[in-house]
Amino acid sequence: MAGDGTVQLIDEKGKRLDGRNFDELRPISIKIGVLENADGSAEIRMGNNIIIAAVYGPRELHPKHRALPDRALIQCFYRMSTFSVNDRKSPAPSRREKEISMIISNALTSVVFTEKYPRTTIDVYLQVLQADGGTRCASLTAASVALADAGIPMRGLIASVAGGLINDKVVLDLYDIEDQKGSGDVPLGYCPVLDEISLVQLDGVFTLEQFEECLKLSIKGATEIYDIQKKALQDKYAAIRADVSVDAKETKKEVKPKEEPKAEIKEESQAVKEEPKEAIKVAPKPEIKAKPKEEPKTEVKEEPQAVKEEPKEAVKVAPKPEIKAKPKEEPKAEVKEEPQPEIKDEKEAK
Amino acid sequence: MGDDFVISEIEKDYIKSLLEQKKRIDGREFNQARNVEFELNLVKKAEGSAIVTLGGSKLIVGVKAQLGSPFPDTPDTGVITTSAELSPIASPYFESGPPSNDAIELARVTDRAIRESHCVDLSKLCVIPKKSVWILFIDFYILNHDGNLFDAAVIGAVAALATTKIPKVKMLEDDEVEILEEVEPLKIEHYPISVTSYKIGEYNIIDANFKEERVSEARVTVGFDEKDRIVSLQKGATGVYKPDELLAVIKESLNVSKTLRKELMKALS
Repeated sequence: MAGDGTVQLIDEKGKRLDGRNFDELRPISIKIGVLENADGSAEIRMGNNIIIAAVYGPRELHPKHRALPDRALIQCFYRMSTFSVNDRKSPAPSRREKEISMIISNALTSVVFTEKYPRTTIDVYLQVLQADGGTRCASLTAASVALADAGIPMRGLIASVAGGLINDKVVLDLYDIEDQKGSGDVPLGYCPVLDEISLVQLDGVFTLEQFEECLKLSIKGATEIYDIQKKALQDKYAAIRADVSVDAKETKKEVKPKEEPKAEIKEESQAVKEEPKEAIKVAPKPEIKAKPKEEPKTEVKEEPQAVKEEPKEAVKVAPKPEIKAKPKEEPKAEVKEEPQPEIKDEKEAK
Repeated sequence: MGDDFVISEIEKDYIKSLLEQKKRIDGREFNQARNVEFELNLVKKAEGSAIVTLGGSKLIVGVKAQLGSPFPDTPDTGVITTSAELSPIASPYFESGPPSNDAIELARVTDRAIRESHCVDLSKLCVIPKKSVWILFIDFYILNHDGNLFDAAVIGAVAALATTKIPKVKMLEDDEVEILEEVEPLKIEHYPISVTSYKIGEYNIIDANFKEERVSEARVTVGFDEKDRIVSLQKGATGVYKPDELLAVIKESLNVSKTLRKELMKALS
């Protein structure tokens, strides 16, 4: 609920309480593949928000009668951790959480090629670890990246941010106190590649002009977030690609065909865990390892651009339902290896 | 709402082909809402009530007022809570049981329009700060579902609030409060009206009936106050809007809200 707008949230110089300009986003970092078991995952930090998104599926839906005969159902479960807010939140899902889950799943449905996986469900779990205003937007941003990480074919990525009104001024990306004491906010989910609004809500009091201004500002913000999303996805696969090309050069002769027994791969991945630096040089198989994951991913990234001109093509190019079949043991080693050092860097940086 | 209803392809095509000729199945213009009618103060046990019909959609709203404790972070303001019941009497596609997601969305979108427009001045509902405030329960039951329950719910809730009379209270010692027989009308500060636009293919139509609603891919519910300011907005369903399209839809909705508000004010006077 918006406040009455009487609290001074912006100073004479136009700086906000946390020192940002009116059109400035909070610092955002997105990490991909942070969970081992999930088919796709992402962690987003947006200001003081910390949210983890996990994607499971496409997989069988229970109860079965809820399955859609011609497409996949996308189910979202947005949940606030009990400790994520000042007063402990009851663990039972509130009406607010249910509504947010529903609008996020609606937004994601608009970009996923759901018709490729009839009768299945794609489950998106969004766990808010720390809330600081704008969690539904950060959740949607993370969810769409996690879907891409799971190799699910999409028309584009959705980036999401809220615009708002504080002391009669339109600003971007409200944080906690601005959300509570400001005079309104407009969460927006926007796909820059397709120029489509897939989520929009509003509370507070806006004139038409203020709303229009707010919409423009949020679209600009979402476009900036989209670049961060893209970079997060690219970084992960650029690292893998670099590994693979080094390995390919060093072990060209040893590279074996795909039939290579799984047992061996497993051993290898353990080796990777123990001595990552060493293992990378020795490993002949990263080739194989990287393949299944890498393929769908890169395509998802490039797809949006392709979609504009030839949507049909894009559909064909999109990765196949293999995702489920994708050998689980293999990608894990990769996924594990990568984020850990990154997290360290992050902390040090802060 | 009523998602289990399967509409035949032939009927879908019929609705869509009519839209291409700028026509709707019930003969309305694209930007024409259905007739709205009110029956006020039907339930004497409630502090306020109204039955509203919007075309074929019909619902009853009751307002109950109770003394209770305020929220700790807002110690000197009253409380409004809104709930919606998609009762099985209203449609073969509604089931009894805990509130569905649709019911939650309907209640929350209605709540947003009432709350954000400051329709009721909550600070006037405070009896003893930190101790005792009026809690207004706005509950509505759908009686017949013929599409666009959002607009019917908001206009019904405002009508019910406008008929609401709150008992006077007498302060006793030790912060005790006695509720008197005498009542005074609840003051309505603003009259929010919500208008929902539905998107079917490339067309946007106002106030869809049940079948149009089933064919639509997306909807936008916008609440306006009498100063033509936007007080609430919700995009629903899985469809998407281009930014310019959204702005055009909102402007169209604003015009419709004026007509609906006239009807409401006529009924209340």
